[in-house]
Amino acid sequence: MKQGVGPTSGSAGDTPQLKAPRLERPRPRSPNIQNYRPQLTSVLSIVNRITAILSTVAIVGLVVWLVAAAVSAPFYGALSAAATSPVGRSLLVVCTFAFFLHLCGSIRHLFWDAVVGFELRAIYASGWAALAGSIVLTAAAWSLGWLMRG
Amino acid sequence: MSESHPAAGSAEGRARGLGSARRGVEAWRSERLTAIALLPLTLWLVASLIALGAPDRASFIAWLGRPLPAFLMILLLIIVFRHTALGLQVIIEDYVHSTAKIALLIGSHLACFALCIAGVLATLSIAFAR
Repeated sequence: MKQGVGPTSGSAGDTPQLKAPRLERPRPRSPNIQNYRPQLTSVLSIVNRITAILSTVAIVGLVVWLVAAAVSAPFYGALSAAATSPVGRSLLVVCTFAFFLHLCGSIRHLFWDAVVGFELRAIYASGWAALAGSIVLTAAAWSLGWLMRG
Repeated sequence: MSESHPAAGSAEGRARGLGSARRGVEAWRSERLTAIALLPLTLWLVASLIALGAPDRASFIAWLGRPLPAFLMILLLIIVFRHTALGLQVIIEDYVHSTAKIALLIGSHLACFALCIAGVLATLSIAFAR
């Protein structure tokens, strides 16, 4: 991806001007995902960031829950009613799945950071495993929760 | 490096954010370290929430007020919001190139700080109110 390739202007001895931080060649940015044909590797890459944001929403919800428990019975009651409503439960299932997918995806990334599992076959195998694992973990968590509701 | 900005690598370049500021490894390492710590901590949280089911306030407080759950919750809150701040920073830096970038970076870091404090304070008040 070549951008802004052209003859350099100014003489070699020019000192950079404080008021003109414009670059002759724009600094590199993230890959332009619209140019990519979707494939497991690229989809799981962006999905790991989307699930990170959904997990952030979940952890903010945890703080709201903790504060409600600490300060106010009516607030806690309203939150509890919202969380156990059909919409609330659906959102919780989505957040659980997002969290497990981020967990499994991040385990892949930790192995890659240790330069393990970089062969294409291993990358695809671990990608499908992360996807299947997060579905199984989500199903297991909610089945257990349903079984243990008393 | 002949194609880079004339100020890149210099003291002025570092001030302008052109290239390495020699501190990136710390953030990268911290994101991984917190990720490893969060593996057991988040699994503990999910397992605990499953066991609690849909608790009323009294039973939730009775659970969180015990020493070990309170300790683990505070540990989780501190580490998860450090991890979140670092992760959101990377996402913002990669996708936001407008003037909103610096506001989002500052806002997300401060929000993570504030949420962490709020969660820790709530947990402590429950733990010491018993």
